[in-house]
Amino acid sequence: MDIYLDHAATTPMIPEALEALTAQIKEFGNASSLHTAGRAVRKKVEEARETIAAVAGCEPSEVIFTGSGTEANNLAIKGFYWKATEADLSCNVVVVAAFEHHATLEPVEWLEEHEGAIVIHIPVLKHGLVDLDALAEIIKSERGHIALICVMHSNNEIGTIQPVAEVVALAGDIPVHTDAVQSFGKVPFNFAELGATSATISAHKIGGPLGVAALILKRGIDITPSLHGGGQERDIRSGTLNAPSIVAFAVAAQWAVEHREQNYSKVSGLRSLLAKKIKDSVPDARFNGSSLQMLPGILNVTFPGTDSDSLLLALDNAGIASSTGSACSAGVQRPSHVLLALGLEEHDVRASLRFSLGITTTEAEINLVGEVIAGVVAQVRSAYSVGSKRTTEGEI
Amino acid sequence: MKVIAAMSGGVDSAVAAARAVDAGHDVIGVHLALSSNPQKYRSGARGCCTIEDSHDARRAADMIGIPFYIWDMAEEFHAGVVENFIEEYAQGRTPNPCLRCNEKIKFAAVLDRATALGYDAVATGHYAITRESEVGRTMHRAIDPLKDQSYVLAVLNAKQLAGAMFPLGDTKKEDVRKEASVRGLYVANKPDSHDICFIPSGNNAGWLRDRLGSAVGPIVDEDGNQVGEHQGAYTYTIGQRRGLGLSVPAAGGVPRYVLKIEPKSNTIVVGTKDALAVTTIIGEMPIWCGVPPVTDTEHRGFAQIRAHGAALPCTYTTTEVSITATLDEPLLGLATGQGLVIYDGDRVVGSATVSATL
Repeated sequence: MDIYLDHAATTPMIPEALEALTAQIKEFGNASSLHTAGRAVRKKVEEARETIAAVAGCEPSEVIFTGSGTEANNLAIKGFYWKATEADLSCNVVVVAAFEHHATLEPVEWLEEHEGAIVIHIPVLKHGLVDLDALAEIIKSERGHIALICVMHSNNEIGTIQPVAEVVALAGDIPVHTDAVQSFGKVPFNFAELGATSATISAHKIGGPLGVAALILKRGIDITPSLHGGGQERDIRSGTLNAPSIVAFAVAAQWAVEHREQNYSKVSGLRSLLAKKIKDSVPDARFNGSSLQMLPGILNVTFPGTDSDSLLLALDNAGIASSTGSACSAGVQRPSHVLLALGLEEHDVRASLRFSLGITTTEAEINLVGEVIAGVVAQVRSAYSVGSKRTTEGEI
Repeated sequence: MKVIAAMSGGVDSAVAAARAVDAGHDVIGVHLALSSNPQKYRSGARGCCTIEDSHDARRAADMIGIPFYIWDMAEEFHAGVVENFIEEYAQGRTPNPCLRCNEKIKFAAVLDRATALGYDAVATGHYAITRESEVGRTMHRAIDPLKDQSYVLAVLNAKQLAGAMFPLGDTKKEDVRKEASVRGLYVANKPDSHDICFIPSGNNAGWLRDRLGSAVGPIVDEDGNQVGEHQGAYTYTIGQRRGLGLSVPAAGGVPRYVLKIEPKSNTIVVGTKDALAVTTIIGEMPIWCGVPPVTDTEHRGFAQIRAHGAALPCTYTTTEVSITATLDEPLLGLATGQGLVIYDGDRVVGSATVSATL
C-alpha cells in the first residue's frame, strides 16, 4: 500500500507535461542563439511564456523564468530591497507575514543580518489569515520607509488563502510580493486583477517538472538582479533558458487552470472525507487553519498526545506519506513556525501533521487511511506517554 | 525481529545495520539528532550529529536499502546527559557522559520509543558481545580489546540488555572497515569519533567555564596551607599533576598531585603521589547487567574505572544501593563520578558511579 499524501511537497507530473518535456529535451539548441536551431527553441519558450501569461492573468513580458520558487522569491525580495535602498537608504523596512514559507523568511532574514534591513512581521490570526489591522498600523507608522511587503497567496502548511488584494489596497504604492506557489493552478489566481507587484509560481506543484518556476513581475518595474550573466530574462535573471522544462511547465499550467474547477471539487471533496475519517477515528484530533477560502488539498491535523516524528514513521511504515512541516538542513523536524504563529502551544505543534492531497488521490486511498489512522495514533500515543513519563522521572 | 538500527553516520553503526539486515531482521535506520543547533561539519574526530553525519547516515541507509528517519532527541540528551555532566563537575566529580548517553538515551529513550512503536530491539555499532544463558542474557567484552566498549554499556539493566543488539562484538575494527569497504559504504574510512561529542572545540575546561563561571579558589596542601590559586575547581581532576601553577614549592621538591576537589569550599587539595593510592572503591546506584550478585557476600572479579583502563583484580561486595570493590593492588588517583564496572572474567556484572575512595 503506497498512499502519497504529500502533494504540497511535490506532485506527480501529468502525462501531457511529461510528453512535452521528453519531446523538447530531444530538441537541440540554445534559446538565446541567433541561428535556426536557437530560434526554433526560442519559439517554443516564447509560446510557453504566452501560455503561462494567459492562464496567470499577466503579460508574457511579465513572466521571468527561474530555476525554482525559492529563486523567484529571493530574486523579488532582494531585488526590491536593493532597488529601494539604492534610491533611499532609509527605505529599508521589509514587512513580511509571520507564517511565510522559508523561501521567503530566510532571504528576508538574510537582508536583516547582512544588508541592514529592518524586518517587521505581520501577525497571523488564529484561524490562519494575516492580521490586516496590524498591517494597516505597520504601514501607517512606517510610511515612506517600507521597501517591500510580502504576503503569500496561500499558506503551504494550513492551506488558508490570504487576502492579498486587501494587502495591495492597503499598500498603496509600496511593492507587494506574493508567493503563489501553492495557489497557482489550484484556486483562482489572476495577476492583473490581484494587483500585486510580483508573484512566484512553480511547475512541480501543478504536475510540471522540477527545476523550473517563474517570477511574475509587473511590466516597467526593474529590480536589481541576483544572478549576473547573459541577462537572458529581461536582464533580471541570467542563465541559459531551460527550454524543455519551461515547455512542460506551460503544458501543466494550462491543463491545471483549464481543469481547475473539477480538480478543486474532487480534491476538496476527498479532503472533507479525510477530515471526517480522522474525526471519527480520533475524536480529539484538531484541524488547523480555516477560512472561507482554502486550498483544496491541505489538511493540517493536531493529534494531541503524540509526536510528529513517530507519527510520520508509523504512517510511512503503513505506506502512507505525510509531512511534518519543514526539516532543518540536518533533517531534524523543526516545530512549525506556521502553527506557532497561529498561537498553538509547542507540544501541540510537535503533535501536528500535514496531509496534502492531489489530483491522483483516490477515495479508496482515503478510506484506507481512515482504517489505519486510529491504530497508528494509539500506538504513537503509547510511545509518547512512555517518553513523557521518563522525562518526568528524570526531572526528579 | 523488527529492529531499529541507531545510525550515527559512522562506519561502525553502518556495518551493524547492514549485519542486522543480513541476519534476516526487519530493520529501519534512525539517526539521533542530539543537538538542537548542529554544527555543519565534523572537524577531524571531534563532535557528532553534524549535518554531514546525518547525511552520511542517510546515504548508508540508502545503500543498505532500509528506511531512514531522524529522531530529535536533543531535549532528552540535554536533560539526561549534558546537564548531568555540568552538574557532576559542579559537585567536584568527573563524569563519563558516554555512560549516561547509553543509559538514558540510546537504550532508554530510543529503546522505549522503539518498543512502543512495535520494534523488538535497538542495534548499535558498539563493540560488545551478548550471550544467552540459563539465567538470561549476559554481556561480555568484545573480541577486539582495543575497541571493547562493554565498559560504557555496563549501565544497561537486564531489560535494556534484552532489547539491545551489538552485531560487531565478534569482529576486529580493521575488519569492520574492510567489510564496510566491500559493502560499498563510503563511510568505510571515516575517522572514529573521540572526545565529548557535545564539546566540538575539544576544550572541556573552557566549555565548562562558560557554563559554571570561573570562581577563583585556593589550592591547599594536606595540612591546609595555601600553596596556590585555581580558576575553577571543575577544571581539575584527581591525580592531575600538570598545570597546577603552585606558588609554594613542596618540601624536597617532590611533585604534587590533585588529591581532592571540595566543591563547597571551592578548594583543591594537593599532595604527594603516595597519598593518591586507592585500595577501596565505593560506587553508588548500582545497575546489574543481568542477574544481580548475592548481596553482602565477597565475590572475586575485576574492577575497571576507565573506558579503556585495565581490569584490576579485586574482591567486591554489594548491597541494594552500593558496590564496594577492594583492589588487590592499589591504584593511583581515582576521581569520583567515574563509572566503576565489575567484570566476572569477560562478563559484565554491573556498574556504579564512584562516590568515595579509601
